[in-house]
Amino acid sequence: MPLDQNSKRDFKVIGKRVLRPDGIDKVTGKAMYGADMTAPGMLVGRILRSPHAHARIVSIDTSAAEALKGVKAIVINADLANPEDEFFADIRDNCLAREKVLYDGHAVAAVAAVDKATAKSALRLIKVKYEVLPHVTDVDEAMKADAPVVQEGRADESAPAGSSQNVTSHFEFGHGDLDAGFAKADKIIERSFKTAATHQGYIEPHACLASLGSDGRGELWCCTQGQYNVRTICSEVCGIEASQLRVTASEIGGGFGGKTTCFIEPVALALSRKSGKPVKLVMTREEVFRATGPTVSSSTDVKIGMTSNGRITAAQAKLRYQGGAFPCGTVEFGAQAAFAAYDLEAVQTLGWNVMTNRPKEAAYRAPGAPMAIFAVESVVDELCQELGLDPLETRLKNAARKGTLSSYGPTFNDIGLVATLEAAKAHPHYTAPLGENQGRGLSCGFWFNFGGNTCVSLNINPDGTVGVVEGNPDIGGSRASISMMAAEELGIPYEKVRTVITDTNSLGFNDVTDGSRVTFAVGLATIKAARAAIDNMCERVANIWGIDRDAVEWVDGAAQPAGPNAGSHPPMSLAEIAAVADQTGGPIAGHHEVNADGAGVSFGVHLCDTEVDPETGATKILRYTVFQDAGRAVHPDYVEGQMQGGSVQGIGWALNEEYIYGDDGRLQNAGFLDYRVPVASDLPPIETVILEIPNPGHPYGVRGVGETSIVPPLAAIANAVSRAAGVRMTELPISPPKLLKAMSERG
Amino acid sequence: MVRVKLWGSLRSLVDGQEFVEVEASNFKQLLDQLEQQHPALKPQIKRGVSFALDGVIYRDAWFTPISDDNEVVLMPYMVGG
Repeated sequence: MPLDQNSKRDFKVIGKRVLRPDGIDKVTGKAMYGADMTAPGMLVGRILRSPHAHARIVSIDTSAAEALKGVKAIVINADLANPEDEFFADIRDNCLAREKVLYDGHAVAAVAAVDKATAKSALRLIKVKYEVLPHVTDVDEAMKADAPVVQEGRADESAPAGSSQNVTSHFEFGHGDLDAGFAKADKIIERSFKTAATHQGYIEPHACLASLGSDGRGELWCCTQGQYNVRTICSEVCGIEASQLRVTASEIGGGFGGKTTCFIEPVALALSRKSGKPVKLVMTREEVFRATGPTVSSSTDVKIGMTSNGRITAAQAKLRYQGGAFPCGTVEFGAQAAFAAYDLEAVQTLGWNVMTNRPKEAAYRAPGAPMAIFAVESVVDELCQELGLDPLETRLKNAARKGTLSSYGPTFNDIGLVATLEAAKAHPHYTAPLGENQGRGLSCGFWFNFGGNTCVSLNINPDGTVGVVEGNPDIGGSRASISMMAAEELGIPYEKVRTVITDTNSLGFNDVTDGSRVTFAVGLATIKAARAAIDNMCERVANIWGIDRDAVEWVDGAAQPAGPNAGSHPPMSLAEIAAVADQTGGPIAGHHEVNADGAGVSFGVHLCDTEVDPETGATKILRYTVFQDAGRAVHPDYVEGQMQGGSVQGIGWALNEEYIYGDDGRLQNAGFLDYRVPVASDLPPIETVILEIPNPGHPYGVRGVGETSIVPPLAAIANAVSRAAGVRMTELPISPPKLLKAMSERG
Repeated sequence: MVRVKLWGSLRSLVDGQEFVEVEASNFKQLLDQLEQQHPALKPQIKRGVSFALDGVIYRDAWFTPISDDNEVVLMPYMVGG
C-alpha cells in the first residue's frame, strides 16, 4: 500500500501525544497478565529440569510421584505429538527433553497437582537416571572438529564439509574484489571480538492457564507476543486441530522477541488433557534464565581497509554465533546487517550458526545485528583514531544512500542514514566538551523491518463510536497508535475509538508482534479497514440523498456532497450515519486482510559519552542521544520510548549483562541479583531525535521503530569506553573487572 | 528473462554463478523455475526465502509481478524480534 499522494497533509491526530489507553489499568494493578487468570478446579503445574549440561536420559520413573496424594498428572516428552516439521519438533523437544538433555535447565518432566507444595514434592519423587556426556558452551570450542556433538545430523547443505556437526549452517554475502580493495588501503585493521549471551530481561515471567478437555477442545490464556503463533505451535506439538484451540493473549510484561515461541504452553495443555482439569504454569525467574531463550553469543573477526582520507576500500567480517542446543537462523541477519550502513566497493561477510549446550536461542530485538555491528563499528572507530579522522565525517563519507549497492545484495532506494548522521552532526551533543577519563562513542545501526500477515476489523458502533479489533499483543503502545490511525482516517476524535486485541477464534491469522511490524502493518490494515467503512457509509448517504455514490465524499468525519452538482445536503456525521444503520442496511464495518510488504529498512545513529573510573574499572554513562528515522511518528511518546528502551537494553548488554557458565556447563547467574540489568540510577536521561523520512510503502509513511534502537548501543558504548580508557575493548560486557584489567595491562 | 542475484553461499550450489536467469513474471514462477533449473537450491527455498525487488523486501508474496527490468535479489527468510 503506497504512500498517500497527500502524505504531507495536516494530520489532526497523528503526531499527537494522546493518553495511553492501558495506562490506568497498568498503574492500578487492574491489567490482567499471564499469571493473573484463574479457573475453577485449577491445578498447579511445575517442571522438573536437568541438572546437567548434556546427558542421555536412561530412564524416568514417575511411579512414586504419581502415588503422591494430590498429584493429578505427570507428563514427559512421549505425551506430546510427533510433528513432521523439524521446527515444531525442536520446540517440542525443548519443552520436554527427548532422549537427551541438552543444557542445564532443560525440562524433563512436568507435574500437575492440587497445590504448589504438592507439585514441588512430586518433582522430588521423579527418578531420572542420566548418563552424563561431555558438553560445550563456547562457540569457538563448539566449532572444533573434536568438540562434543550437541545433536547429530542437524547440519544443512550449506555447512562446510569436514566441520564439527555443531555447525548447522553457513552464509556468505557481499560483492567486489576484496584483495584489490585491501591493496588500495593506507591502513588496515583486523580485530577479533566476542559478545556474551544476554537475556531479553522482560519483567513478566512466562505464564499460562490451559484447559484441554477429552473432547479435544482447548482454551489457553498466556503471555505471548503472538497468540496465533502459540496456537500453531501447540496444535502441532499437542496434536490438536487449530480450530479447537482458542488462545487468548494476556497483557504482556515485556517480550522483546523472547515471547515469540513456546516454552511451557504445550506442557500445560498436555497436563490439562491428562488430568482433565485446568492447569496453571508460571515460570520462576530462575527458570526464565535457565530455560528460555537468551540471544546468541558471538565470536567475530573484522578486517577493514581505509585510505588516509577516510574512504573504506574493503571490508570483511567472519561471524560465528551459537544459538544453544538446536539449529538457529540468526547469523545470516548479522552477516547481512554488518556493513549495511556503508557504501562499499568490496565487502564480504561470512557466518556460521553453531549449536552448544545452552538454552535454545530466542529472538531479541533485531536478532543478530547488534553483535555484528559492534564489531564493525569498533574497527571503523579505531581506524578513525589511527588516521586522525572525525568518526562522524568518516561515516558520512562512506554512508550508504539511495543508489548504493548494499552489502547484503539489493540496491537501496530511499533510506535515511545520511539525514540521521547530519542530525547527529548538528546536535550540540557532538561538540560538547569532554573531561578527564571521559570519551565519546558513535555508532550507526540498521535493521530490516517487515510487515507480515495482518487482519483488522473496524466496527462502527450504533452510538457513533468505533471499535477496532486486531490480533497483535500490544508491547509498545500499538493500541494507541492503531486507534489514532483509525481516528485520523475517519475524522473523529481519538477518544471515540477503542482498539482491543482479540483471541485466535475471533479474527483471521496474524503474525507475531515482532519485526517492528505492528504500527506499520496493523496500521496499514486499519487505514484500509477505515476506508472500507467510509465507502460503505458514503454509499448509504448517497442512497438517503438519492444521488450517486461518486457524488458523496468524506470530509472531517462526515459525508458531504462532492461538489455543486451533487445537490444541497447538510453533511451527515459518522454518528448520524451510525444512528440510522438499522434502516440503511444493518451494521457498518470495514475490514482488511493482508500479508503486508514494503516495511522499509531503518537506520539509527547513537552518540554516547562515558566516564571510566581508573580505580575500579566502572563505567558511567554521562550522556546518550539517539537519532532515528521513524518515517512518521504516529505517537511520539511511544517512538521515543522504543528508542530509549532499546538504548537501555544495549547499555546493559555492553556493560554488565552476560550468561556465565561454570566448567560444569551450569548457568551460575540465573537471577537479577547476579545478572545485572541497568536500573534507573545507572542511566542518564536518554535524549531522542526523531527524523521523519516517509516510508513509501505506507499510506502515512510509517516505518517500524522497535528494533533498530538496540543495534548501535553496543558499539557506541564500546567506542566511548575505549576512547576514555585509552585501550580498545573487544569483548562484551565491558564489566568493571574486565576494564580494570585492560587498563592495568595498558600501563 | 529475470536476472536473479544469489547470496554468496548459494553460489556454490549453482556452479559458482552470482546471477541466474529464469523465465518468470511473478515470484511464484521465479521460485518454481529456480527449483526446476537448479535443484540444489530446493532445500533453501523449502526452508524459506525472501526477495528484494528494486530494493523493497518481500517475504511470501508469490504473485508480486516481476519484469526483466527489475533488480531481483534472493535473501534469507526475514525474521524479527
